Amino acid sequence: MIAKLMNRKIFTLLKVQYSNMLEYRVEIALWAISGIIPFFMLNIWTNNNLNESINISDVMLSRYFLCAFFVRQFSVVWVVFSFEEDSLLGKVSPYLIQPLNPFFRYFAQHLAEQITRFPFALIIAFFFFIFNPESIWIPNLVILLLSIISTFLSFLIQFLIQSIVACLCFWTEKASSIERLLFIPTLFLSGLLAPVVSFPAYVKSWIYLTPFPYLIDFPANLLSGNETNISGGLSMQILWIFLLFPLFKKIWSEGTKKYTAMGS
Amino acid sequence: MNLRKYLKVYKKFLHTSLASELEYKTNILIDLITAILSLIGSIFLLSIFFQNNGYIGGWKFEEALIIQGIYTILNGITNTWFNPNLTEIVKHIREGTLDFVLLKPIDSQFFISLKKINPSGFLEIMLGFFLLFFCIRINQINLNLSFLTLSFITISCSICILYSLWFFISTTTIWFVKTWNAIEVLRSFLYIGRFPLNSFSFSLRVFFSIFIPIAFITTIPSEVFLGLSPFWKILLEVIVSTVFLITSRKFWLFALKSYSSASS
Repeated sequence: MIAKLMNRKIFTLLKVQYSNMLEYRVEIALWAISGIIPFFMLNIWTNNNLNESINISDVMLSRYFLCAFFVRQFSVVWVVFSFEEDSLLGKVSPYLIQPLNPFFRYFAQHLAEQITRFPFALIIAFFFFIFNPESIWIPNLVILLLSIISTFLSFLIQFLIQSIVACLCFWTEKASSIERLLFIPTLFLSGLLAPVVSFPAYVKSWIYLTPFPYLIDFPANLLSGNETNISGGLSMQILWIFLLFPLFKKIWSEGTKKYTAMGS
Repeated sequence: MNLRKYLKVYKKFLHTSLASELEYKTNILIDLITAILSLIGSIFLLSIFFQNNGYIGGWKFEEALIIQGIYTILNGITNTWFNPNLTEIVKHIREGTLDFVLLKPIDSQFFISLKKINPSGFLEIMLGFFLLFFCIRINQINLNLSFLTLSFITISCSICILYSLWFFISTTTIWFVKTWNAIEVLRSFLYIGRFPLNSFSFSLRVFFSIFIPIAFITTIPSEVFLGLSPFWKILLEVIVSTVFLITSRKFWLFALKSYSSASS
């Protein structure tokens, strides 16, 4: 019964947010374009033959960066910015009264945005294949399914981390600067700019213990068919979710106790 | 006479925005750590590229560091002035408060470009200068007057081009209302300014010198530092930046004609 109600709520939220997001098609298209940094990096790698030293062929590397682009497209999270704005404007108060954690609202927003973004990401991939026809490949169904799951898990990890940061809004007003700080290691260590295999040994020795390589490097390797440890990667992703979720619940319940409505 | 008035007004701008920004002292500290981490991250990325190669696009690691230094300075300037002010234009236009700006007995472009200041960007500028001084030492560049004037000229031109690019995109808000994401696209394009232009393939090089002159922004000043830049390149940069500044001014005045206030 509760599960059914929950389902209906989420479904309604998704529908509302999707129509909301469709309003901002141009915005989202531009946002999709702004994710093309992996392609610039690919250009540097192949144009200088840097990939020879890490034993990845041009074709595999271009597939890797294309997948990194895709994974990034579907794991972008901005909940902290929305939540900060809402909490500064006092919009959180009415949400708190509703019998639904406000983060479901943001969650639905993100999912709806991803659905809107999907065709644009496909168009960019289409152009990529026009310029690099030799890198076209079709992953098999199992791999495709697994990589969709791992991309979603990567999205969940980032969503949880950012929600934890967003909850800090209850204590300080500007939590987004903490998010910008956290974004730096995400950018450089996740594999968006360079595959983790190419990292020097002194970084590789500890990086697999952090959540970063599982955000982009692991799903992108999986989808592009590069070598990776599938079960290890998936279980690390799930482990991080299990670690982060109780932390989020804890900080949320502490924070709401602390909450003093602003602007009302 | 007029200049003195503008200086006086600018002093007031500085005073008010510094006062409001210093309210969030921890924020400034966090931003400092972010700037340092981001510099470490990009040097780390650069070191991956140079791991097994002595040269990237004809640049040695020590030389490529100069580009990083200049990029860091320019990024600091962007964060101090361009980002806080020009993102405000979007807000002004959406909420119709641009009316109040236009009514003031002061140039509107001056007002919206310099009203705010974000002090944490200063630290990034300083960081960039430290890196540059370090580069001057390791590359054994001898400082003389002509070197100093030339580098001053080219860096100022880069700042002008950068400003014009930001201002162009922010101005389009008058027609499209929400260009927040177009700024993200510009940001991601600017990212390639961290690397020597020659490390990209021919087509990208053409794109980034003709359509969006990012090539001019960091590569030419760095070449001046190394004494590699022929005179015509410096002249070209001066011409490009003048053209950009004048067009952005004209574009703003043209855009204002189409401005139809909101909600009034």
